[in-house]
Amino acid sequence: MAERYSSFSSGSTRWFLQRVTAAFLVVTLAFHFLLLHFFHHAPEITFSGSHARYSVPAYFVTMVLFLAAATFHGTNGIYNALVNQGVTGTPKRVAKWVLVVAGVLVFVQGIRVALALTGGA
Amino acid sequence: MSQSHNRGLVEDFGRWREFSAGMWAWVFHKFTGWVLIGYLFTHIAVLSSALNGDAAYTQTLQGLEQLAVVRVLEVGLLAVAAFHILNGIRLLFIDLGVGTALDTQEKSFYASLILTGIIVVVSVPVFLEGL
Repeated sequence: MAERYSSFSSGSTRWFLQRVTAAFLVVTLAFHFLLLHFFHHAPEITFSGSHARYSVPAYFVTMVLFLAAATFHGTNGIYNALVNQGVTGTPKRVAKWVLVVAGVLVFVQGIRVALALTGGA
Repeated sequence: MSQSHNRGLVEDFGRWREFSAGMWAWVFHKFTGWVLIGYLFTHIAVLSSALNGDAAYTQTLQGLEQLAVVRVLEVGLLAVAAFHILNGIRLLFIDLGVGTALDTQEKSFYASLILTGIIVVVSVPVFLEGL
């Protein structure tokens, strides 16, 4: 087997979750692009159209999971990139908590948007 | 536990002539990853117009879509997303022990690039429609 050059060692929970979310995002990101650029055209997006989609429970749940997976994968990816560049000590701890807070904020705001589009806000 | 690997300074741009396919794959995956997480925050900010009511949401999205620069940036976003997805699938297979030989890794990286190019080119008319 080839020598490993992964940004972080295998076996950790974050390593596993980064790959699980990657596999999920491959499907959901492609679905998101296909649905909102090719099936529906982006210039024709309206509140009523988005409301109709978000009113379908399976779509709502898929979008919430999509948001959760993208937020984790993205913020964890940045953290790995910083560690990979050699960030250690206090800057590493600061980066970790800034990313945790930013991730929570974007997730909460995304949920507020999803609820508004469903009509529950 | 995370660990760092000494690849030399990526910021030393003069080194690009020495980059192997694997180094380009690493640079492109990192770059597209940064763009995608940046876009996630921007995307949620724009969609937050839904919190101001039906009309605000529809007007914000349709107003942005009337701008040519937004359409061009969306093509760029597609290129970034397509490469990150295709190269990501390649990395998942390598993590599973499939296609780990160095020449296979190079070929699959070039395949990711070519497929991204094809997807972007055939999508341009759809993204620029109605401008």
